[in-house]
Amino acid sequence: MNKWGLIISLTIIAAGLLYLFIKSIRGRDVERRFIFLFMGLAVAVPILFNISFSEKATPIVKAAFDKIENLPPGSKILISFDYDPAMAPEVNPMTDAFVRHAMAKGHRVYFMNLWATGQPMVATAIDRIIKTEFPEKKNGVDYVNLGYKAGGTGVLNVIITDIRKMYLTDVNGINLDSLPIMNGIRSLRDMDLLISVGGGLPGVKEWVLFAGDPGHIPVVGGCAAVSAPLLYPYYPNQLMGLLGGIKGAAEYESELKRKYPRFAETPQPGIKMMGPQTMAHLVIMAFIIFGNISYFVLKSRGE
Amino acid sequence: MKRQVPLMLVFTLALVMIVQYFVPNDFSLDTNEFLLKWIIIIGIFAMALGIWSLIRVSYEKIRRRVPGWQYPIATLLGLAAMIVFGFDYGRHFYTQEGLENYMFIHLFQYIIIPIQATMFSLLAFYIASAAYRAFRARSVLATVLLLAALIVMLRFNPYLGTFGVYLEKTTSWLLNVPNLAAKRAIIIGLGLGAVATALKVMLGIERAYLGRD
Repeated sequence: MNKWGLIISLTIIAAGLLYLFIKSIRGRDVERRFIFLFMGLAVAVPILFNISFSEKATPIVKAAFDKIENLPPGSKILISFDYDPAMAPEVNPMTDAFVRHAMAKGHRVYFMNLWATGQPMVATAIDRIIKTEFPEKKNGVDYVNLGYKAGGTGVLNVIITDIRKMYLTDVNGINLDSLPIMNGIRSLRDMDLLISVGGGLPGVKEWVLFAGDPGHIPVVGGCAAVSAPLLYPYYPNQLMGLLGGIKGAAEYESELKRKYPRFAETPQPGIKMMGPQTMAHLVIMAFIIFGNISYFVLKSRGE
Repeated sequence: MKRQVPLMLVFTLALVMIVQYFVPNDFSLDTNEFLLKWIIIIGIFAMALGIWSLIRVSYEKIRRRVPGWQYPIATLLGLAAMIVFGFDYGRHFYTQEGLENYMFIHLFQYIIIPIQATMFSLLAFYIASAAYRAFRARSVLATVLLLAALIVMLRFNPYLGTFGVYLEKTTSWLLNVPNLAAKRAIIIGLGLGAVATALKVMLGIERAYLGRD
């Protein structure tokens, strides 16, 4: 199915692009609806035929993976879901992979959000990953959801010195002092690793500026592809690793699968989404090339 | 007085925050936390103000029957539904457990996430159209930009074999050298600009935040 799907999808897209190419060399403009149609096909066909590609982790993603992998079991990792539903399809695969990895390694995970819309994302991630794949893990012992607090970077400035000045209870209203996972945790400085996933403000950059740097705590990030180039300057000294867009998530998933073969059968949304994204990129590249051919043809005619 | 009091407040509080940053004793840290809590409280009131503003604007549109007045009804109904389900009347009223309410989670997961994701995904179509119409090699700089974009996009292709390795190296160089240099320059520039603007606000040179009156 995968092989035939690939052949059919490439044939459809190639035929469409050939049509656009002929129009371009004739110097004719292509209507917007045809562009939208080919883009739709480029995205839809790989989804319908379940086309996916193998991935290999780049150094920046490998660094993020190794950071979690090399921490001794039982280490304290805080994961902040700093995004909204618009970003969810792009960054949810990252949070899933981070949570799966941390749980598999036996780390203690602390969830929180700087975005109000991130809180339901944590609830669904706990249901989707921890309760399904790690039913033996206990809330309050192996993981805790601290929830959302308004204030953005103000929250970070407070919890860098004392978490309880901001969070007296977890998201379920249970006093933090009664949770075993909170024993010995006073501030963010007691965490072994901070992970922020998001692409807006506050996001990964704010975690570096207001928590990682002042507290000398390692930070790993995950963000939408458009935000990734803005975060590269912080790698590798202030940001230990970074997952940029679906590509980053897919690379992390492949690394996780390689290291933990038991995850081979678990959903890999990042790898799955790379099929449509790759096709879409190829189509966009073709549009750029055809657009320029058309431009030069018209220019040579003096139009 | 109407102008002098806010200016004095801004100057004094800005001075306190600057001084406390460089004085790491307990009193200084407590002052910092105390003032930061004010910011959080102001943020919460801003959220309440935003909800009130949304209700008022939507109500006005419905009352005046402006074109598309039906849409604000959907907005208000959505707002009310999420608030009602979010408070979880069945078990624990007014606690965060409401966020695990069946209806709240389902409305969020199966309506809000797909709607917002769809809006965001539409960008792909407009980018494709814009790429065809506007991404032209009109000048040397535009050509360099175009080639860089093509190389970075092409590295996603898994069927390039050995050529893909060179492409990956070229992409890494593009991201880590020219991109990094430009971003660092922009970040440093932004930082200096922020300091300059903060000083202007603190010293009362920049007064736009006071409004016209």
